[in-house]
Amino acid sequence: MTTDAARDADGTTAPHPGQELAPLTLPVTRTLIVAGALASRDYQDVHHDAEAAREKGSPDVFMNILTTNGLVGRYLTDRLGPRCVLRRLAIRLGAPNYPGDTMVLSGTVTAVDGDVVEVRVVGANGLGHHVTGTATVQLGTAAR
Amino acid sequence: MSGEKETPERTAVPADAAYERALKAFEGRPATTGGTGKDPVNEPMIRHWCEAMGDAHPAYRGPDATAPPTMLQAWTMGGLAGHQGRAAGAHDALFALLDGAGYTAVVATDCEQEYLRPLRPGDAISYDSVIESVSARKTTKLGTGHFVTTRTDVRANGELAGTHRFRILKYAPAARRGPTERDAGGPSRAKRPRPVVNRDNAGFWDGVAAHKLLIQRCGGCGRLRLPWLPGCNGCGAAEWDTVEASGAGTVFSYVVMHHPPFPAFSASEGATGAAGPYAVGLIELAEGVRMVSNVVGVPYDRVRIGMPVRLEFLRVDEELVLPVFRAGDDPAAGADPAAGAGGEG
Repeated sequence: MTTDAARDADGTTAPHPGQELAPLTLPVTRTLIVAGALASRDYQDVHHDAEAAREKGSPDVFMNILTTNGLVGRYLTDRLGPRCVLRRLAIRLGAPNYPGDTMVLSGTVTAVDGDVVEVRVVGANGLGHHVTGTATVQLGTAAR
Repeated sequence: MSGEKETPERTAVPADAAYERALKAFEGRPATTGGTGKDPVNEPMIRHWCEAMGDAHPAYRGPDATAPPTMLQAWTMGGLAGHQGRAAGAHDALFALLDGAGYTAVVATDCEQEYLRPLRPGDAISYDSVIESVSARKTTKLGTGHFVTTRTDVRANGELAGTHRFRILKYAPAARRGPTERDAGGPSRAKRPRPVVNRDNAGFWDGVAAHKLLIQRCGGCGRLRLPWLPGCNGCGAAEWDTVEASGAGTVFSYVVMHHPPFPAFSASEGATGAAGPYAVGLIELAEGVRMVSNVVGVPYDRVRIGMPVRLEFLRVDEELVLPVFRAGDDPAAGADPAAGAGGEG
């Protein structure tokens, strides 16, 4: 990630392939994991009960995929402006997000077609890539 | 997005073809038909979502608010109470089949969503889903299992608003021993392995049961042998009789077993059962033959070569008696740490 990314994302340059979006650093707290699980109405015990998570082979509770999806969605709209609309989002999970870790979301514009852009997103934590994905975002007529 | 295909992976155990066919039969079957969201799209749930995600996008607030598109699946969730009254469908049957094979844990791996129109407060949610694919058995870091992919069409007031493809791994968690299993190493729980008794050594074990240590004596040359064998390795004669050991012996050599811990071996003599190191002695009997057994009556790290020992019979459990060797009260016992050069066997 380069510092140019922030300037591109926040500046007036039109999105172009190769453009990097400014990263977003998120502390993965136990509260975030539980709040995200409940806000997404996911009551699987592995997302709020550490003891139950351990019995299922996990060292601790871990973030559910709906929260990851929501955070990636937030990252994209944070970076691409208040008028943009998410059209498609596809994510794949890798290393789990456990409490105490930090996830850094980063994005790269891979294609631009009119006011529709494709973005490649990676969320990296201390264990590796928690999430990788691609998104299609419509920037909106007054984007930027 | 990464595609549908999964790289076939080798698995340690051959897959059961009939079981995999049964799983494959679920492909294309409806998982949910006519599902309805428990709540219409509503501002409080949107606000709770945005608070959790830290999402301050202005489109999700105010009089003309829309829901964050990534909430799509949340509107279909059963929540803590689940979806009551829904007829058990193919999805439940598939999960039962997987649970029954030990694939009891679940983890989501992929989520692919398309958003066709924004959801707004008041929209009534309905959805249908279909089981798209069930993978062959895969071995992953989490454990072995099957990937199940479902596709859900989500409607708002009857109009298609989004599609949602979701892939989970149903897997058997890698074995983790619980604390009770790990700590319960006492004699009542951990049994010694049973001796293999056959026609060539049955007489030995009959003797042990009667608290006699019997040494074979060759009928041809008179040579003593232990353990028992069908013939003499000196003269080849098959005839034999026995002599009872006097019970006196010395430590000819020894090893100390540190790892892995075997509670059944270390928890002798009323020990609390903690699995720790234990000494395995090669004992030379006064008659000149040698045998392997435990050295008891002395800490594992005080066993020494040359240490005099005396035979005794240890009742290990209700079925098993074993000959072991007790170190005596010899004042030299353990006096010289440098003498512990045992390592044979």
